[in-house]
Amino acid sequence: MNDLPEAFRHAAMLVATGDPGLVEIVLLSLRVSLTAVLLAALLGLPVGAAIAVAQFPGRRAVIVVLNAMMGLPPVVVGLVIYLLLSRSGPLGAFGILFTPAAMVVAQTMLILPIIAALSRQAIEDAWIEYQEQLRSLGAGRLSAAFTLLWDARFSLLTAVLAGFGRAAAEVGAVMIVGGNIDGVTRVMTTAIALETSKGDLPLALGLGVILIALVVALNAGAYLTKEIAQRRYG
Amino acid sequence: MRAPASILPLALESISFVAGGRAIVDAISCEIGAGARTIIVGPNGAGKSVLMRLCHGLLQPTTGRIVWRGAGTTPVGRRQAMVFQRPVMLRRSALANVEYALALHDVPYRGRRALAQTALERVGLAHLAGRPGRVMSGGEQQRLAIARAWALRPEVLFLDEPTASLDPTATREIEAAIAAIYATGTKIVMTTHNLGQARRLGDEILFLHQGRLVERAPAERFFTTPATVEAAAFIKGELPWT
Ligand SMILES: Nc1ncnc2c1ncn2[C@@H]1O[C@H](COP(=O)(O)OP(=O)(O)OP(=O)(O)O)[C@@H](O)[C@H]1O
Ligand SMILES: [Mg+2]
Repeated sequence: MNDLPEAFRHAAMLVATGDPGLVEIVLLSLRVSLTAVLLAALLGLPVGAAIAVAQFPGRRAVIVVLNAMMGLPPVVVGLVIYLLLSRSGPLGAFGILFTPAAMVVAQTMLILPIIAALSRQAIEDAWIEYQEQLRSLGAGRLSAAFTLLWDARFSLLTAVLAGFGRAAAEVGAVMIVGGNIDGVTRVMTTAIALETSKGDLPLALGLGVILIALVVALNAGAYLTKEIAQRRYG
Repeated sequence: MRAPASILPLALESISFVAGGRAIVDAISCEIGAGARTIIVGPNGAGKSVLMRLCHGLLQPTTGRIVWRGAGTTPVGRRQAMVFQRPVMLRRSALANVEYALALHDVPYRGRRALAQTALERVGLAHLAGRPGRVMSGGEQQRLAIARAWALRPEVLFLDEPTASLDPTATREIEAAIAAIYATGTKIVMTTHNLGQARRLGDEILFLHQGRLVERAPAERFFTTPATVEAAAFIKGELPWT
């Protein structure tokens, strides 16, 4: 382990010089995870809002299941999406297995419950506070849901970010449906896993540092946004 | 525009509201007619706010019926507005808060801003139009809530302690605003703990005590010669014991 300082130095070099191999992996990671977050937010925020304000039989059960699904193991999601997308699977005709598209699908499925469950909670809290006022002003449940989505926007940022953190950091799902193919479906996490097992620590370390820096920077940005917004809008 | 027929009078037919195994509103029957300003008074916890929510349609009575006699089968939700004891503002400017309510009432986009601005002026908030509603002081929010309700041009306006957190100047402004709203033909139903205000603004008094309508009287008579012990004790500023 005495080559550790050497590995760190090398990793810093890779990052500092913008090594093309490394940049490609980072960009693909961002492309996949950001697309997944976008899709999951487009689906998850309205679903969360709908569950928050709607009344229907079995609502509690839905919430419990949704909350439980926040902890879905990425490998299991990967396996299910793999089975669906494999040539003999029901969605095999699309032929997207082992492409970034498959990785987007898997990560979307993985973080959809996270975004839906966290936004459900945020919107429901707001609903409890706003309900009578909105009903008094003449808002139906549907328009109330949209109002709450906008009014809770800063809390929802946190929900979306939690989804991004999960997507960017998971390895199991993208590994199974993407296949970790060099130059095609290799992302930061799968590259780290592979390079570490091969003993190529500099690349793994460099990617690890970038991954952490990315997540920290995004969270800091969101935190500040929320802080400033809170002061501005109350 | 043809003035629609009045939805009043509002008839409470032996309504009760039970929650937590307790009758918070207990078999109240009365008819609230157009015109006169109705002030509901009573000690804390008497059920004033719950009664208003029932009248406004936010709560359903456990037993009994609430009937808007003039309304027939037409919906009454949009013909009435309410200012809550603790109003809730949206995360947007004061002006946008009023515009939001107008939008819910299908006021065309072009007309909203002017109407909202007028409403803010009427409560002395024109200079704060751009301030986010939720960072305004309690008194400012109360005035904003009145502006928002007023902008909807309701036929009946319920006000739940509209001046509870206001300083004397703001209280006077609000009282003037309420008088102006009343002058435009809006029916006022209001609760207050300020008996001076009840005297100034009230035409008739409903006195609530432990969920029951104990006394109903013209304001003048109520304050000079209350008919019940509870009302007399309440006016004297004593907590009625039972
Ligand atoms: N949903 C509810 N469930 C149980 N109890 C309730 C509910 N709503 C109100 N209460 C109780 O009913 C009583 C009357 O409440 P209400 O808010 O109408 O009083 P109020 O006359 O408006 O008092 P205040 O002068 O303090 O505003 C209170 O004791 C309150 O705790
Ligand atoms: Mg009250």
